[in-house]
Amino acid sequence: MAALEELEREYEKAKRDSKFRQRLEELLRTYAGRPTALTFARRLTQKLGGAKIYLKREDLLHTGAHKINNCLGQALLVERMGKRRVIAETGAGQHGVATATVCALLGFECVVYMGTEDMRRQELNVFRMRLLGAEVRGVESGSRTLKDAINEAMRDWVTNVRTTHYLLGSVLGAHPYPTMVRDFHRVIGREARAQILKAERKLPAAIIACVGGGSNSIGIFYEFIRDKNVRLIGVEAGGRGEALGEHAARFRGGSPGVLQGTYSYVLQDSAGQILNTHSVSAGLDYPSIGPEHAALRDAGRAEYVPASDAEALQATTLLARTEGIIPALESAHAVAEVMKRAPRMKKSDVVLVNISGRGDKDVGIMRENLKLD
Amino acid sequence: MSQSLNDSTTHSSMPLSFYKKPALIVYVTCGDPDLATTRAVVLAAIEAGADVIELGVPFSDPVADGPVIQRASERALKHGTSLAQVLTLAAEVRNQAQSTGLVVFSYLNPLLRMGMDRFCKVARHAGVDGVLVTDLPVEEADEYLQATRVHDLAPIFLAAPTSPEERLKRLAGASRGFVYAVARTGVTGAREQLADDAQKLVRRLRRVTKLPIAVGFGISNAEQFAEVGRFADGVVVGSAIVETIERNPGREAEAVGEFVGRLTAVGCEA
Repeated sequence: MAALEELEREYEKAKRDSKFRQRLEELLRTYAGRPTALTFARRLTQKLGGAKIYLKREDLLHTGAHKINNCLGQALLVERMGKRRVIAETGAGQHGVATATVCALLGFECVVYMGTEDMRRQELNVFRMRLLGAEVRGVESGSRTLKDAINEAMRDWVTNVRTTHYLLGSVLGAHPYPTMVRDFHRVIGREARAQILKAERKLPAAIIACVGGGSNSIGIFYEFIRDKNVRLIGVEAGGRGEALGEHAARFRGGSPGVLQGTYSYVLQDSAGQILNTHSVSAGLDYPSIGPEHAALRDAGRAEYVPASDAEALQATTLLARTEGIIPALESAHAVAEVMKRAPRMKKSDVVLVNISGRGDKDVGIMRENLKLD
Repeated sequence: MSQSLNDSTTHSSMPLSFYKKPALIVYVTCGDPDLATTRAVVLAAIEAGADVIELGVPFSDPVADGPVIQRASERALKHGTSLAQVLTLAAEVRNQAQSTGLVVFSYLNPLLRMGMDRFCKVARHAGVDGVLVTDLPVEEADEYLQATRVHDLAPIFLAAPTSPEERLKRLAGASRGFVYAVARTGVTGAREQLADDAQKLVRRLRRVTKLPIAVGFGISNAEQFAEVGRFADGVVVGSAIVETIERNPGREAEAVGEFVGRLTAVGCEA
């Protein structure tokens, strides 16, 4: 608790500090590659025959995904707090790579916890983290995925809390993490809003983003929450079936509960034990969801739908072949939803899809599943 | 020192008392390896001198626990040990041990799933005295405090070496029965050396509460038990008990009885 309070105090101070904001903006611009492009997906739009589709290109960022936005923000806080050791969890490895990157940039010691199942399916990212000087610690407990990596990172943090910052990678965990991580990703929606207004002179009819913990989606949704005519659509991992344990669609099979310091929708059994999840995409393979998404959903402001493993893989191929963009398997879930939705929308409508990351890390899994060889 | 927990609780009929110093508080993960064994282990521990039993509810994601209790939780969950079963076990233990303190030690989610009010009601009916929820900070505990008050259960909060003064005041103020001082930063599990953290924390807690103070996390042998017992009112031994169970398949109760006997023998000399 003391460390959370220290973090909250420091974050509140930093937010009001123009030097902090300037430094973060400069790093985002000169190091991470912001602003990211908004791409009109001409051939995808033609192919689907409905709404005009725009892609927010977080995949073009340094390290390959939106995760760097939050990592740079928190790393500057670590510097302010005078800590030298940073730990993180990672699922797909994108957050781990982004954390290892900012630690190299600012000279921090870095330890990344990763489930051994995820290490297997994302082995290139494991190597990238090690190349960047981070120590990757495999986690053997539970389902050996993101949830278990968070457990282990939390255990490290409570043990070394005096010297260590836990650079949590999604809008999860105890306060202030969900709010702070969201704020560091709001830049996605801020840019997208200005870009789409410039390109189309109107707001999009819908915004679609994938939701694991929910950081890229809340980042792009947030600036549009008050625009009631903009539908906000989160896409969860539908996995390989509807039975519990076969997916990670918290709003389809979950119920309110507490996991890892967050009260939200949780995939759990009747005795309150957390269930294992499945998704082809390690970054969406998590039994709970950021609490702000739960609030948006309960308020009816955002809607959440599942896309299956197979649909995500199909969407990957389609986006690769129509636009020359290979999305991360996480982001491919959002593309799968636009494939269903755009044809039913008016041609005058605009739909915005967040491509939260690029697919380089997933080519091994894609190769196994798509059988193009 | 003879401080009955009744002194400091509202109107609790909690029978556990720290009449002897230090009181021995024994933690077990219920259902490891099965509930019948847990019951035998608990009764053996009481027979050998345990004053309070913490009945650990196994949880799928025990973030506050080290590898020993993680493994025990996995074993217990493999055959579906539930909170409801732990409460049935509590009632069975209560039938045979009227004067031992019984504390349910759990993560929050299983309690929420059962319903906080219903949990407290069933627990009280089973003869449970107190509850400790590892991942529920006092700042978020209003509903829980209300339910424990209504059903006359003692809520026990964890104090950490890093807790600032204000927080110690608040969690000690909300606690009944005793306050649980965490000996060092980190998760549960035996440690070779105990930090001075523990003694400092107990001293800081004494300034804000008259409740008995139990120290836990990392105490695994008779020497440490005696050492901590010199400044704390109660000493919690958890992972060392669970490890004894793990290492003695088929004779768990006997082994725990012997282990507890060794702890209390030294404790009395000290």
